[in-house]
Amino acid sequence: MALSGMRGLSVFISDIRNCQNKEQERLRVDKELGNIRTRFKNEKGLTPYEKKKYVWKMLYIYMLGYDVDFGHMEAVSLISAPKYPEKQVGYIVTSSLLNENHDFLRLAINTVRNDIIGRNETFQCLALTLVGNIGGREFAESLAPDVQKLLISSSCRPLVRKKAALCLLRLYRKNPDVVNVDGWSDRMAQLLDERDLGVLTSSMSLLVALVANNHEAYWSCLPKCVKALERLARNQDIPQEYTYYGIPSPWLQVKTMRALQYFPTIEDPNTRRSLFEVLQRILMGTDVVKNVNKNNASHAVLFEALALVMHLDAEKEMMSQCVALLGKFIAVREPNIRYLGLENMTRMLMVTDVQDIIKRHQAQIITSLKDPDISIRRRALDLLYGMCDVSNAKDIVEELLQYLSTADFAMREELSLKAAILAEKFAPDLSWYVDVILQLIDKAGDFVSDDIWFRVVQFVTNNEDLQPYAAVKAREYLDKPAIHETMVKVSAYILGEYSHLLARRPGCSPKEIFSIIHEKLPTVSTSTIPILLSTYAKILMHTQPSDPELQNQIWAIFRKYESCIDAEIQQRAVEYFALSSKGAALMDIMAEMPKFPERQSALIKKAEDTEADTAEQSALKLRAQQQTSNALVVTDQRPANGTPPVSELRLVKVPSMSNVDHSSADHGVTQENGTLTVVDPQPPEPSADLLSDLLGPLAIEGPPGSAVQSERNLVPGTEGVPNAEDALAIAPVGEQTNTVQPIGNIAERFQALGLKDSGVLYEDPYIQIGIKAEWRAHQGRLVLFLGNKNTSPLVSVQAVILPPSHLKMELSLVPDTIPPRAQVQCPLEVINLRPSRDVAVLDFSYQFGTHVNVKLRLPAVLNKFLQPVSVSAEEFFPQWRSLSGPPLKLQEVVRGVRPMSLAEMANLFNSFRLIVCPGLDPNANNLVASTTFYSESTRAMLCLIRIETDPADRTQLRMTVASGEPTLTFELKEFIKEQLVSIPTVSRGPAPPPPPPPPPTSAPAALSDPGAMLAGLLH
Amino acid sequence: IHFVLLISRQGKVRLTKWYSPYTQKERTKIMVMNAQLAQVIRELSGLILARGPKLCNFVEWRDLKVVYRRYASLYFCMCISQDDNELEILEVIHYYVEILDRYFGSVCELDLIFNFHKAYYILDELLIAGELQESSKKTVARLIAAQDSLIETAKEQSGSISNMIVQATK
Repeated sequence: MALSGMRGLSVFISDIRNCQNKEQERLRVDKELGNIRTRFKNEKGLTPYEKKKYVWKMLYIYMLGYDVDFGHMEAVSLISAPKYPEKQVGYIVTSSLLNENHDFLRLAINTVRNDIIGRNETFQCLALTLVGNIGGREFAESLAPDVQKLLISSSCRPLVRKKAALCLLRLYRKNPDVVNVDGWSDRMAQLLDERDLGVLTSSMSLLVALVANNHEAYWSCLPKCVKALERLARNQDIPQEYTYYGIPSPWLQVKTMRALQYFPTIEDPNTRRSLFEVLQRILMGTDVVKNVNKNNASHAVLFEALALVMHLDAEKEMMSQCVALLGKFIAVREPNIRYLGLENMTRMLMVTDVQDIIKRHQAQIITSLKDPDISIRRRALDLLYGMCDVSNAKDIVEELLQYLSTADFAMREELSLKAAILAEKFAPDLSWYVDVILQLIDKAGDFVSDDIWFRVVQFVTNNEDLQPYAAVKAREYLDKPAIHETMVKVSAYILGEYSHLLARRPGCSPKEIFSIIHEKLPTVSTSTIPILLSTYAKILMHTQPSDPELQNQIWAIFRKYESCIDAEIQQRAVEYFALSSKGAALMDIMAEMPKFPERQSALIKKAEDTEADTAEQSALKLRAQQQTSNALVVTDQRPANGTPPVSELRLVKVPSMSNVDHSSADHGVTQENGTLTVVDPQPPEPSADLLSDLLGPLAIEGPPGSAVQSERNLVPGTEGVPNAEDALAIAPVGEQTNTVQPIGNIAERFQALGLKDSGVLYEDPYIQIGIKAEWRAHQGRLVLFLGNKNTSPLVSVQAVILPPSHLKMELSLVPDTIPPRAQVQCPLEVINLRPSRDVAVLDFSYQFGTHVNVKLRLPAVLNKFLQPVSVSAEEFFPQWRSLSGPPLKLQEVVRGVRPMSLAEMANLFNSFRLIVCPGLDPNANNLVASTTFYSESTRAMLCLIRIETDPADRTQLRMTVASGEPTLTFELKEFIKEQLVSIPTVSRGPAPPPPPPPPPTSAPAALSDPGAMLAGLLH
Repeated sequence: IHFVLLISRQGKVRLTKWYSPYTQKERTKIMVMNAQLAQVIRELSGLILARGPKLCNFVEWRDLKVVYRRYASLYFCMCISQDDNELEILEVIHYYVEILDRYFGSVCELDLIFNFHKAYYILDELLIAGELQESSKKTVARLIAAQDSLIETAKEQSGSISNMIVQATK
């Protein structure tokens, strides 16, 4: 291959190609890196040719996925070479090897600037390309005006100007606050008159970025865009070289229409008319042709035109034309067109009045759900979900259920959640709803979250008509040979409550019900056993006249569990045994569950919150809305900020006095128990506890749960923040030895768990580690759920907690083996001894083919030991003044704060249970918050925080933290700082104030320290 | 376009070009970056190489989309946002391939392996900041040719100088 012109490089590439395996390749690469390193050390001896060669080799090695941690300087230094060949290599390698925040780039700014303002056109091009590809903030600050000049200069040739346009686009997109575009609307309008289509293409991209940010300023560009589009669509005066398979620059057409979508509407009737003429032409004039490239290009234009038509809210006639077109597309053989047809039809749902026309295509869409291509299946599912309403819910949900048994693993969770939501939202009758959920659990129990089955229990409890039906169904499922544990829970619960309604049916005597449920007991996990015990107690209570044989059987079980190691099970066994020996008294205590207070479905709430969030946005971009609503399935629970719509409550026949009912039941129980106490000198637990006990473990949002709920609701929109920011995050590197890749981002999961109390801590193809936590003052109880996802056991399971010195942690025994498809729960008790930001680590390993070891940070973090408290001005100021200065009150100016509005900051604080007290600080730019911290050494301690922001510079602020304990003040201050400056650092060692995040160059040194290495791996 | 990726059927990387630096965290941790990018590449090649021939050219990945197209043993992939125009990007890929083809004269994977730097030059003439800058093949070809001739001239000059030195020191 003579073209490369570098023998050494070609030889190296050949060598790599000849490597038999990865190990050989690595050896060859290491050898080469060693060679390059030595050569660079004696730099004097290097000819420009050699330097070039080595720099290319570095890029090649980098491209293969190896770390190249030296030689950056040499690459950058080539930029300042006087001759073109070296300079070119320098620019290209630098822009591929370094990223925008690399320190060495700073060194090059001056050279780059000289090239940009210099007279040499080719140098200008190279420099603009580099800045356009990796230019960061500092480049924007020092170069933006120069680049702007080039773009509009009349003496520059098109090849420079088009690069200048895109370079500016990059700088503006990355740092809109630095690049000054005031007064640019006129210049942009001028640029749109440009004859050179290369410059026009680049300028149009720039315009898209500008109008996306602020369309108001660019109204004058709108008619110009329409003109340009007309010129292209009619192929007027377009040079031959700019047509692509006979189509006048399809890319420019697409971009122009994209820019037009950022204007909310088109006022001028003439402009509007000519635009619609063009659009009509595109919609009607695009035919399917043989040539695949021509087809793609013309359809790219067509789909963009469709999007524009939707955006402009055209007349109904044109809209139905569009739907008809899409209907055609979703049935064609070409998979790309089918995919895009479905995708755009989903977007079309946002347009009013077309839903009915879309529904005509339902059969075809359902067919697509069985498409061999998962991309298409996903689109079909999204569309079906979006188009579902009362009229077609039965069909759609039944299709989804059918599909569930064959669906890809990757889609099942989404599928079952969507089916559950639709069934609840649009159920024509409640028995159908019960059917759907039970089928869901039956077919995809692993993917049915607790929310779903809690909800069905709520419905059944609140609707008397439904109870016998649900009981019959539950009984039927129990006959199946192997049923999912969730099904055991639901049916046991329902039969416990309502099986007496079936007593006359065959196979439904209390005895039979008991024995069929009891058969399942050996197969279930500890979390299900308490439910079963409650069921037995209820069956016993409903058996009138009592059956001594059954009674003895059940008592034997209670006795057996009286010494169970699990406190929950033990307590129930003891209490039920004591209660059931009381005979008639049992009747009242074990009475049917009262109706649940009406509340919005947790599932639907999830869905609506995402929608509400979007509605608050400018509502301009249909596309944007679409994106978010698609995402609803994966979002974590977000706080409600809208009122529940009636449509969803309507489903439940509102009980006449649900709340009163509840409390009177409470009352009755208490009285009853009061008499018990008199009779029996060894009373069981107070009955109020008993009731909450029954509710508690089932967690069907009983009163304590809902209190927590509303607390969480005080913190709007916080959980989304870190996620959104890290949307692109890439899973961090695991230990080198692991060949198993984690699913999802471990660091993100950890962060999310910092804000909520249950969720997934870690997941890979074999295991999922979930976590559920309860915090009370300085104590916490975490439960680790270790779920084996395979059909064979996981062995050599080991979990070791490495607690920091301030936490006392006790992990219950972790079994060595996790059976196939089983979930093991390991409770973990935590006691917070003193304030510290250090983090506990779970060292977890197992064997499945290979040995897998991960180190996971546990979300037992500082803010978990905070309890929100809001203080009034009368309480705040005396405290604030009495804590007069260091070490109890610390002040610090924090720089490099990630910019956020005051409201966002308040949200952030609230989400960490630092409750913002509005109105305390007279200055509107300041923020005052308070919280109570709990630890064994400090007990409950009030903490006060004050933030003073500078509206002119959001990146810095002054923070004052005060509490009655110096370490607490310091740790809390550092904790808040970490949250504000967006770079989460793992703290190690309590004493010295951690330095600001280390500069990247120091990273290799830090890695030699084992603690740092561990911290690094955990990031 | 967030990034461009060329991978062979065996999962070997032939070219990568990133237009948006990945996350906050990576920005501070340059050391880790390449490993993380390698992770992205592994994930994507797993997704894309596993796909059969008659499926569509789009893969949904994280909250992005990858538009890919296979030419003989090479997969050209470009990663875009959810709401970008997929077909437009599909043709950007083809347009790039056509230019490579014209430049190398019926391009094959070997050309791109041994001349990966040329593939970079040409890509830079096509895309800046992940946006298309020029849609005329003729113009791009002209610019590349001009660059090549600049390099050639420089080589000749230095060649003649070194000749002279050789001559002089004889």
